[in-house]
Amino acid sequence: MARIERQKRIIDFTLSSLLRRKGKNLALIAAYSWIVFLLASVLFITEAIRREAGLVLQDAPEIIVQRLVAGRQESIPVAYGEKIKTITGVRSVKGRLWGYYYDPTNGANYTLVVEEDRLKEAGRVIIGEGVARNVVGESYGTMPFVGYDGAYYFFEVAETLPADSSLVAADLIIVSATDFRALFGIAESLVTDIVVEVRNPREFETIAAKIKAMLPDTRPVLRDEILRTYDTLFDWRGGLIVIILLGSLMAFIIFAWDKATGLSAEEKREIGILKALGWETADVLMIKFWEGATVSLLAFFNGVLLAYAHVFLTESSLFEPVLKGWSVLYPRFALTPYINAYQLWALFFLTVVPYTVATIIPSWRAAIIDPDSVMRT
Amino acid sequence: MIIQPAIVALFIGSGLVCLMLLFAIYYGAIILRRWDLHSGSEQQLVLERRTYLISTLVTYAFAFQLIAAFLFIYTTDHLHSLFIGAMCAAGTLNVNVWGYPTVLLKVFNCIAAGLWLILNVADNRAHDYPLIRIKYGLLLLLSPFFFAEFLLQGAYFLGLEPDVITSCCGSLFSSEREDIVAGLTGLPRIPMQWVYHGALAMTLAAGIYLLRTHRGAIAFGALSLAAFLVAIAAIISFISLYIYELPTHHCPFCILQREYHYIGYALYATLLLGTIAGLGAGVLHPCRSIKSLAATLPGMQRQLVIAAITAFAGFGGITTYCILTSRLSFS
Repeated sequence: MARIERQKRIIDFTLSSLLRRKGKNLALIAAYSWIVFLLASVLFITEAIRREAGLVLQDAPEIIVQRLVAGRQESIPVAYGEKIKTITGVRSVKGRLWGYYYDPTNGANYTLVVEEDRLKEAGRVIIGEGVARNVVGESYGTMPFVGYDGAYYFFEVAETLPADSSLVAADLIIVSATDFRALFGIAESLVTDIVVEVRNPREFETIAAKIKAMLPDTRPVLRDEILRTYDTLFDWRGGLIVIILLGSLMAFIIFAWDKATGLSAEEKREIGILKALGWETADVLMIKFWEGATVSLLAFFNGVLLAYAHVFLTESSLFEPVLKGWSVLYPRFALTPYINAYQLWALFFLTVVPYTVATIIPSWRAAIIDPDSVMRT
Repeated sequence: MIIQPAIVALFIGSGLVCLMLLFAIYYGAIILRRWDLHSGSEQQLVLERRTYLISTLVTYAFAFQLIAAFLFIYTTDHLHSLFIGAMCAAGTLNVNVWGYPTVLLKVFNCIAAGLWLILNVADNRAHDYPLIRIKYGLLLLLSPFFFAEFLLQGAYFLGLEPDVITSCCGSLFSSEREDIVAGLTGLPRIPMQWVYHGALAMTLAAGIYLLRTHRGAIAFGALSLAAFLVAIAAIISFISLYIYELPTHHCPFCILQREYHYIGYALYATLLLGTIAGLGAGVLHPCRSIKSLAATLPGMQRQLVIAAITAFAGFGGITTYCILTSRLSFS
């Protein structure tokens, strides 16, 4: 108990001595908080986007089969689907029709998709929330399109998709198969790609290999592969920004080192008096430890809270374009707040550890001050 | 290599630990050579002041080392989604040859760091630096292991190629292989349960005996180390089976995942704490004959024994709870 009591007194002394030099310490905490804020923002946003992408892809098809001609993706014959169906373990095979459409009036790219179970009749479209925001046609109830042959088509807007599916569906337009084929001039015997459902998840790779062997001009894409690519991509983007920010971290560390080294005459006298009163070097080091801990803790919490607000409340206005990618029609969306201990520990090692290391030697130099020499000057 | 914030953090952490240790052993070597407590020379005064710096530096370095070990394990677990075939840290560590050596070295370094810190605290309680030569000698001896860890960890992270197909824990920790891991997973369950419970009971009994009679500290230290090794083998051999509720899944890393309530962290933390404290109590025992330590050492040893007993009992409690509440039964 006595030991805790002693520490409490030392903390008390430390806090009052920090408060006595408010200006200097506030400047330090502000710079420190800013560094924590920058790094925490990057960590939070990458993890949140990674999770978002994972959630989106959860419902994606397990295997997509594309056809490659001269290294480029081409439409795939419907007949390929029939062949794939004969592979044991395949539950179902479905051709998909989808593509992109560039709208010259507002410079946006739409994603056109055929979804038979949502929209069958020709002449009508269902549009995403982002499209609705950008297209004047909505108020008229129709949307104009220019076909591959230059012909004009006017489709009636049947419905607007709700905003909560925004991240995936903002630029989406659902059209019927007949309209899609007419718009892009795609023959009845072709589809964009083929979606394969497999009974046993362990067989994904085997079946992909079988498809590749049976139809050598195809490329089967696994959902897990897409997920892995996203994971690598976002981790890599986050890591890259952290490495760029290391420059600022270095600058801050040098600043902290400098602050800790340049003791004012008053501080030196304070330590000198303490030592003359019987404090030992270890006690002064203890003060310095608590000083560092207080500053680090305040800055760490400040930075993390600010970053949380920045990422999850203001939609991370600073980094979003770099980490997410951009587009004219990109939806406005709020990331689901997600923080875990792992991110905080990584952050701790990126900020508090370097700061602490930088202040050890200056603290020791302060602690070994000779009372006699200080008080004499 | 994979650039990821946590990997950058681990690089920085490990690099700083090495820098601090380099600084410390440089002055430590000077102290070892020129130390003379009876001299009143200015140099001796400077050296005495330097001991404060070294002990602060190394304390921070080793404290960071202990935290970094857990961050490392979590990172490898987190990265498993990037590798085809990996389902947990077991697969990620297997991506290249440096993974497992890094983990083993980290465990060794953590225990060594813990013991050094205990010696340091004991030494600081006496006024005449009784353990200074042992302390700095040990530091010179141990530092290369930390430098090696930095290099191994660096080689491991730099060599991570996401297109490598690695083995999942199911095939790494199966008894069909022919190496030490297979030997551990293939250990017969029932005898292993006896050995594990026996080792834990003996360690606890030795601890209580030591508290009562102040005898058998070295035996307690040795038993703590033995309990550590047996417990690791037991986790692979049968404790994991109960946690996963699968009679064939032996992986010691999947227990670190969310699905199992991160129970692995509690298990490994209590085990490491118990081992370090138990070994520490044993290592301190020979120092009791030093005059200036005679007053403070028994109290410190007592605290260590209590910490070790609590940690081992905690470990035993968690595993017993897992086994009793598991839906897996071998009857």
